[in-house]
Formats: sequence, structure tokens, C-alpha cells
Amino acid sequence: MLTGERPAPGTGTDRVAVRRVVDAEIAPHAAAFDAAEAVPARLLHRLAELGWWGALVPAGDGGLGLDSAGFAALHEEVGRGCASVRALLGAHSMVCWAISRWGSPAQRAHWLPELATGRVRAGFGLTEPGAGTDTAALACRAVRRPGGWRLDGAKTWITGGAGAALFLIFARADDGVTAFLVPAETLSSAGTTRTSGTAGIPGSAGTRTAETARAAGIPGTAGMRGSAGTPGTAEIPGSTRIPGTAEIPDSAGTAGPSGSAGPSGSAGVRVTARSGLLGLRAGLVADVSLDGCLLPADAVLGPAGFAAPTVLIGALDVGRLSVASGCVGILQACLDASVDHSARRRHGAGTLSDRQLVRRMIADLATDTAAARLLCAEAARLRDAGDPDSLVATWRAKYFAAAAAQRGAAAAVQIHGAAGCAAGSLVGRCYRDAKVMELIEGSTEVEQLVIADEAYRGRR
Amino acid sequence: MDTVELAAGADIRGFIAAGFPDARFADTDDIFQLGFVSSLFAMQLVLFLERHFAIQIPNEQLSLDNLRSVAAMTGLVAGCRRAAGAC
Repeated sequence: MLTGERPAPGTGTDRVAVRRVVDAEIAPHAAAFDAAEAVPARLLHRLAELGWWGALVPAGDGGLGLDSAGFAALHEEVGRGCASVRALLGAHSMVCWAISRWGSPAQRAHWLPELATGRVRAGFGLTEPGAGTDTAALACRAVRRPGGWRLDGAKTWITGGAGAALFLIFARADDGVTAFLVPAETLSSAGTTRTSGTAGIPGSAGTRTAETARAAGIPGTAGMRGSAGTPGTAEIPGSTRIPGTAEIPDSAGTAGPSGSAGPSGSAGVRVTARSGLLGLRAGLVADVSLDGCLLPADAVLGPAGFAAPTVLIGALDVGRLSVASGCVGILQACLDASVDHSARRRHGAGTLSDRQLVRRMIADLATDTAAARLLCAEAARLRDAGDPDSLVATWRAKYFAAAAAQRGAAAAVQIHGAAGCAAGSLVGRCYRDAKVMELIEGSTEVEQLVIADEAYRGRR
Repeated sequence: MDTVELAAGADIRGFIAAGFPDARFADTDDIFQLGFVSSLFAMQLVLFLERHFAIQIPNEQLSLDNLRSVAAMTGLVAGCRRAAGAC
């Protein structure tokens, strides 16, 4: 498809069709999403129509079943239009992949069809206030109890967490790091099931009470933040759920069967939206706290006690491929905008593009874009071949692409001058988004260490 | 140990040796305890075993104990093959 030969997701054609959707329906509104710190519900629905939530879900389970090459191409194109939308699809796809790869037949049957359609959106819960990619420092605790588990801890910076109906949570159990599928729906102490608004269904906005809005740090109770001039149908970022607040009405489609959160008395999952972020502002980022969250035994995903080298590394590998590909999209967007601006902007007797120092920046942008795209394609090829070297290839692709995107976006702002600093500027947004890309799914510095460790492998 | 298992053991040893040319280890040595493996190596081993031997290791078999030596991995592969054959 997206590599040129195979059918494109949801469009039945090729990469050109994906590009057309991104150019018509995503890119023109990305500045508004950024200003509003939200993605409209209708776009979340549109992504479902296109099948893009289920890009990595096998076709037999209701997804598109894209290979890694197709996934990388899709996420490059989406990332070119809007880094936040790419981030939402990326985080969701990490969980989709984890369940596809490590899920029991029952877990796959239960979650994959819902995830594939986006009726259930998922968040990836690893980072904690005191621990990032270093799993040895995880403080979230999982304790065995009769019939299941009890989780206590705090997870932060969960992309798509506001509005997610399912979280993949990594917690420390006695025998090691273990992955859990944690539905956002919980049972209140009175035994009343509260269901999250899922998939950005209109009406989830109505779930915000004054109390939850306060908890989310958002003044007012409805409508999008900012005044981006976007039609007011956008989903409010976050659907904070606090144990003890009024029952939240089921909007449309549910997160899963009631009871999957464990026996009565388990409240325990609280989602708090983040706002005011530097970049990926429309990524519906949230924090999740788990307070005595009770889960059944079958909430464990993959090998209990051995999730760090398996579920976690594998899911982060998917996330890194998405981020790296999204960085290629950022580079392409910056290149296109910079060529266009410099060719038109009068400067002296000619245009900015006559200036050699500008042309050097364009040359670097063009070369970085091509190089990053090739590294992503190589990582995807190795992943599709099941090659053990794919893991390091993905680290390299993400390292290079994120650093290049950060450089390239800075150059693009430089070329645009004041126009790049204006509200709503594409390159200005890319500049902020690219910086975040250097931090998520492993920081540039962690990537440098891992890549160097591989280079030194076998020597002590 | 039959010839199939001997061949599997040689393949596993070869994969580890290719990644760590300077390493010296016996088939029963704990390669994680020897300390020459990287943080990614457990997952790389899983990818290698599943691709090379065309198996899928069930979750309950995925543990450090089953990956920590050539002998342990050979036993893991044999078990997965038996399970697949029984189906």
C-alpha cells in the first residue's frame, strides 16, 4: 500500500489516497487542534472509518493488518499533517500490537475488534512521576489477591489517556514487571458501573462535571480551550473520572463487559487531563492514578513477571517506529513549507531562495528527510522479517529522525522569520512538536546509550 | 538429546556467538549472569528463536529461566515443537 504497491488503509488505493485524506481533512485543521488542545470527535470517527485505529490489528480480528512498512508510511503521512493525531494513533497502536502479539485468545477476542474500530481507544501506561524508561525504578505495585490483582500507583504523560477506555499498565509484581489490561471503567463502591465515553463519541463532553473539570485544572466546564475558531464539536480533552462523582452515562458503545474491572468495591482508576504542553498539544495527554484498583487474574497481558523484556520492549518498538515515521512527516512538512516560503518571499532584488545560506538549510532538510525515511523503511523491513536486529534499527531510526526533525524544524522557523513565530504557524508548531519527539518513547540520550551499547556488544 | 536438539543447540549457540564474538560460554552457563548480554538481548533471543525455529513461545514458557542458557533454550524449543506437533 503505502509503499506504493499494496492497498492503502481504508481507502482501497495507495499512498496517494492517504495523502489526499491528510491534506484535505487533517493538515488544514492541525493549528486549530493545537490551539484547542483537542481533536474533534468527528475526526476521531473519521479515523475509525478509515480503519486507521486498527492499522496493526490483524485483518482476521477486524483491523487493517498492515505490515510495518505500511504502518510507517501511514504514520509518516498523518504525522506530516498533525503530530498530535499521529501520536494518538501511535499510542493506540502500541496497545493493539501488544494484545495482538501477547494476548490470550480470550483477550484478543475481547479487545481487538473494539480497538480496531476505535470504539475503544487505548493508552499506554509506563512513565511514572519518578520513572521513565528505566523499569527498575517503577513504583507502581501489583499485588496478588484472591481471584486477581490489586494495583496501586501513578502513571503520567499517557498520550490519548483522556478519553481512553483501556490502559496497558506496567507494574512491579513480586516476580518482576508485569503488564495489565486495565479498563477505564470501574465499579464504584456502590457497585455502579461507570463507563467512560469512548472513541470521542459526542456526549463524552457531557460527562464532565464541575468537580472533574476542577480536578483537570480546566476552568469552565465545556467547550474547547483556546479560541482557534474550530467548530465547537471537539471533544473536551480528558474525561476525568473520579471515584464518588455522579454516575457517568454510557454514551455510545462501551469499553467492555462490566465486571472486567473486578469485583465490586474497586474504584481505583482516575484519569486527569494535562494541558498547556509544549508540543503534541492535541494528544489528549493524561495522568492516571490507580488506587486499590482491583483486577481479575486474566487482566495480565503476556508473561507475568517477564513483561519488561517482552511486552514492554515490543510495544515501545512499535511506538518508536510511529514516532520516527512521524518525524519524517514533520521534516517533509518543514521542507515543503520552507521551499514554498523562501521561493515566494521577496528579499532585496530577488527572493529568500536566492540566498545561499537559505539554500544550505534547504539542502540539509531535504537530505535529513530522505535519510530519516530510509532508516524507518529499514527498521520496518527488519521488523516485518522478524529479524532480531529490528529492535536496534528502530532505535536508530527514532534517534536520527527525532534529532533531525528538531534541527529541521528550527531551520524552518529561521527561514520563515517572524511568520514562523506567529500563532498558528505550521513550522512553529512543528518546532514545538519535534522537541517533544526527542523525549518520548526514549529520549535522545537514552537512544545514544542503547545504540552505543549495541556497538560495543561483546566487549566489556 | 537427539540429533534435532543437538542441531538446535548449535544454532542457538551460533546466534549468541555472532552477537558476542568475544564471549566464552558453555551450553549450561547462565549467559545473563555472565553479564555480556545487552538490555535488548532477551527480546532479541525471543525474536530469533521464534523466527529460526518457526515456533511461537507461549506466554507461560516465557521466562528468564528458559532463556538463560543454550541448554535451557534448546529445551524450550523442543517443548514448543512437541506442543505444535501434538496439535
